[in-house]
Amino acid sequence: MKLTLRVWRQPAADTDGAMTTYEVDSVSPDMSFLEMLDTLNEELILRGEDPVAFDHDCREGICGACSLVINGDAHGPERTTSCQLHMRSFQDGDTIDVEPWRAAAFPVVKDLVVDRSAFDRIIQAGGYVSAPTGSAPEAHATPVPKADADFAFEHAECIGCGACVAACPNGSAMLFTSAKVNHLGVLPQGAPERETRVLDMVDQMDAEGFGGCTLTGECATACPKGIPLPSIAAMNKEWLRAARKSPR
Amino acid sequence: MALDTRTRRTPSKGTGAGQRPVRGGPRALWDSTIGKKAVMAVTGLIMLGYLVAHMMGNLKIFFGPGEFNGYGHWLRTMGAPVLHHEWGLWLVRIVLVVAVVGHAVAAYQLSRRDIRARPAKYAHTKRRTSYATRTMRWGGVILALFIVWHVLDLTTGHTHPGGFQEGHPYQNVVDTFSTWYGNVIYLVAVLAMGLHVRHGFWSAAQTLGVGNARRERVLKAGANGLALLLTAGFVSVPVAVMTGLVS
Ligand code: HEM
Ligand code: SF4
Ligand code: FES
Repeated sequence: MKLTLRVWRQPAADTDGAMTTYEVDSVSPDMSFLEMLDTLNEELILRGEDPVAFDHDCREGICGACSLVINGDAHGPERTTSCQLHMRSFQDGDTIDVEPWRAAAFPVVKDLVVDRSAFDRIIQAGGYVSAPTGSAPEAHATPVPKADADFAFEHAECIGCGACVAACPNGSAMLFTSAKVNHLGVLPQGAPERETRVLDMVDQMDAEGFGGCTLTGECATACPKGIPLPSIAAMNKEWLRAARKSPR
Repeated sequence: MALDTRTRRTPSKGTGAGQRPVRGGPRALWDSTIGKKAVMAVTGLIMLGYLVAHMMGNLKIFFGPGEFNGYGHWLRTMGAPVLHHEWGLWLVRIVLVVAVVGHAVAAYQLSRRDIRARPAKYAHTKRRTSYATRTMRWGGVILALFIVWHVLDLTTGHTHPGGFQEGHPYQNVVDTFSTWYGNVIYLVAVLAMGLHVRHGFWSAAQTLGVGNARRERVLKAGANGLALLLTAGFVSVPVAVMTGLVS
């Protein structure tokens, strides 16, 4: 396959950037999108140019590091992560636009790399349980109803990639935050912090400069892990309950 | 066994140690994006409830001037003899003004925040959301302007075409809908209202935490039905005047 790429190039956080056009030859349909970018970077290095910076780590769809907006879609046209997207999803001769996550709370570091530490601070604000860790507890010591376990697991799938923020026209982190709040809030292990967790995490989310939710649903469409839109309604319910219950 | 060893959260922007945000009460509600949205949802639902009653009242125009003007008169004696003349009506007006102002201020503040949160646009843009979803802000502005004109036109009579007659709403309505601009302004606003309700009713359910996957279809159908019913009900009045059914 022969492709034309238009890639966002920005040398540093405080400099201007622009979409820059590159031609890539001999792309195999079996390559992942990141392998295709690796091919481009090898050529750029041989030509003595600065390679395109992009985030990646596991390349198997589980770490949440990769973060590319491809043709206007966070993680591209398939419902998966950028690293698990394959070139067979494109046609020979296509022009493909590659951009970084766009949100005030995710400033560009370089090229396609953005700073997502705002997510870390939301997690630090309440995305934990204060249960003893150490040796594994007896599996049946804390019974969890099947429905709750399923609900928790569905939300535990979030990998913190930030595609929801990138896709949202308001740069809102509601889907990510709701995944964490719902995952921990429904389990007995998370019960002690049930109220403070949602209040603290939402406070932090607001403090980081993410936008509010207008229920456009773009986040849930982009999410590679299928965190559903009703998760936001579930978090709203948790927040309103906590706000009533624990004014402190 | 390692118990939680870090009892203080890492200080970061806004919510570091010693500067915890206010908890509980109206202030905390208003200061949070979720709380402010809840205010929008509740005020929106109050206005929605009012619109249903208002539409039913308007439909009485089809039963002639006697019934319609009598209904207008009843609005002023509503709640009597417990309430004095027009007290009931003023109570409703106060609730509505509070709802409209609260809704509009929250909408303005949240919209500003949303726009700031997404300063850079994508070079490659895609349009995916529904028309009703995309037009909530401009539709809201149209509704706000309409409300002002509507009150000046048919409640106070300041901008009424021809002689405004206090106590004769039937004739006033016919006068307004006998002008082309009266019809245009009204029809545009009603269509904007229909779209606003379509996304708004379902949104309010999500905001207040009533929505979930199981209720999704019921809520969407409810929103569409309500929007359609209100639009048809409100549109029927100017159409009736234009076609001479009401004159
Ligand atoms: C004063 C004029 C108005 C303005 C400026 C306004 C603006 C807005 C905006 C910006 C939203 C949020 C849209 C979004 O989340 O995407 C909204 C939501 C809503 N509006 Fe209005 N609106 C107005 C009048 C009305 C009226 C007359 C009604 C009554 C039918 C109404 C009912 C609602 C409802 C139910 C919601 C949903 C609240 C939620 O999402 O939780 N609005 N409005
Ligand atoms: S909710 Fe989905 S899109 Fe958002 S961070 Fe989690 S996995 Fe990524
Ligand atoms: S690189 Fe780990 S999810 Fe894509």
